[in-house]
Amino acid sequence: MIRFDQVHKQFGSHVVLRDVSFTVERGETVVIVGFSGAGKSVCLRHMVRLEGADSGLVEVDGQAIDLLNRKEMRALRSRFGVLFQGAALLQWMNLFDNVALPLRERTSLGEAEIAKRVEERLEWVGLLDAAERLPAEVSGGMQKRAGLARAMVMDPEILLYDEPTSGLDPVTSRSIDELMLRTNRERGATSVVVTHDLISALAVGSRILMLHEGQVVEYCTPEAFVKSEVKVVQDFLAAQQITG
Amino acid sequence: METVFHVDWRGACGIGGLKITYLNFPLKSVKRLGSGTLQKFYRIGHAFFMLLEAVWYFRCALSRRNRADTMMQLYVVGVKSIAVITVVALFTGMILALQTGLELMRYGQQVFIGSAVAVSVIREMGPFMAGLIIAASVGSSMAAQVGTMTVSEEVSALEVMGINANRFLVMPRLVALVVMMPLLTVYTDIVAILGGALVGYTQLNVELLAYYHNAMMYTEVKDLYVGLFKAGLFGLVIGTVACHQGFSARGGAVGVGVATRRTVVTSFLLILVLGYMITRLFYL
Repeated sequence: MIRFDQVHKQFGSHVVLRDVSFTVERGETVVIVGFSGAGKSVCLRHMVRLEGADSGLVEVDGQAIDLLNRKEMRALRSRFGVLFQGAALLQWMNLFDNVALPLRERTSLGEAEIAKRVEERLEWVGLLDAAERLPAEVSGGMQKRAGLARAMVMDPEILLYDEPTSGLDPVTSRSIDELMLRTNRERGATSVVVTHDLISALAVGSRILMLHEGQVVEYCTPEAFVKSEVKVVQDFLAAQQITG
Repeated sequence: METVFHVDWRGACGIGGLKITYLNFPLKSVKRLGSGTLQKFYRIGHAFFMLLEAVWYFRCALSRRNRADTMMQLYVVGVKSIAVITVVALFTGMILALQTGLELMRYGQQVFIGSAVAVSVIREMGPFMAGLIIAASVGSSMAAQVGTMTVSEEVSALEVMGINANRFLVMPRLVALVVMMPLLTVYTDIVAILGGALVGYTQLNVELLAYYHNAMMYTEVKDLYVGLFKAGLFGLVIGTVACHQGFSARGGAVGVGVATRRTVVTSFLLILVLGYMITRLFYL
């Protein structure tokens, strides 16, 4: 379970998160939506302490992550898999080596076992044929899928997706949605997805949280979200031509 | 009535209930100066701890996980810099020999260009030239690479995967610089001395054997050791500055450009200052 309690974050004089509080239950998929600059990605980065809160508390299974030392934090992070916005693949490594990286660095598995697990994951995201290609030689969608394979290779309990469909065409976006749904269904992982793609949010989310100007303005099921009477939510839905 | 002087967190101050706003300006300046100074100390501290941690991991340089990266960096720093170092060293040796040779020729003492070139190159010019060339070529490229990785969240991805960026990224680069800088300096020394010999032989009528004897006569083993020590230290400085600036890059391509420029400028300044201090330490 991930809990945000009155989390406040500002960069210089710019307040990004204003006393944000919410909870993500085990096994559910929470989608954080909002306009650009609403603080969605910053929120996500707090969950793995890539950003530290100025005040307030971020807890993962009851552990306040700001109080963890480096070793404890590394252990906690090993329970997470993160798909970054630009996939964040290492450019000098091919897709196979990128996916194999956490296994080579964090486990004592032999190369044969690593190859088996990496090939499994690459096949799962449909990239086995592109395993030897460098990130620069494949499309954005393929990079995202490779990033997803890398995020999943250690079988994490919690998956964080930062804008998984941004910059992708609708067909590729839906294929990424399908992958996320399959991941959650088959592996039962807890997921937090940051997106401004409402079609994707409604498709994958069990609950939707909307951030606006650093504050939570709505947190409910997708069905309730499309019927929300909050003005900002209505504007957001209208902008994407979705009606209740 | 009790009079209490107070300063609030915004820098506004007052006495008792009376707010004195005209003090805001100097207080804000002091605040800005203070936070700027603290930032500088924070950055120096961060760079220092990054260096310490990377040096701690030197023992892993040839481990299964790091061998390939270390070898790649050794290749990039050493082999890929050879061409530019050859040209710069050759012409520096030739210029040194020509300038000193022309003056010495007035007194018929041009045979001494051997010692003039050898001593100045081995003591100072060799490590200095190698340092500047490596800072400008390899240091800037390291800062750009690490900076690009930082702004494209690759460094964050490493952190989340539990991979220590100082071991994974900084250590192989530092090892390569510390190993290769002394070797490149020796190479620079040899090429520069050969350049001097070429000018001496073709334009100042100095026999090659005489040039060689003269060069050897005034050069001490200590000169070579001090030069190599400087080179190794310059390697550490270039790597630390480049990686630290890379990790500090913010704001996309512009941030990477700033990190690259700062790497070159800071490395140049540190090479000059440290070069002087080491010379003073060993020769005064």
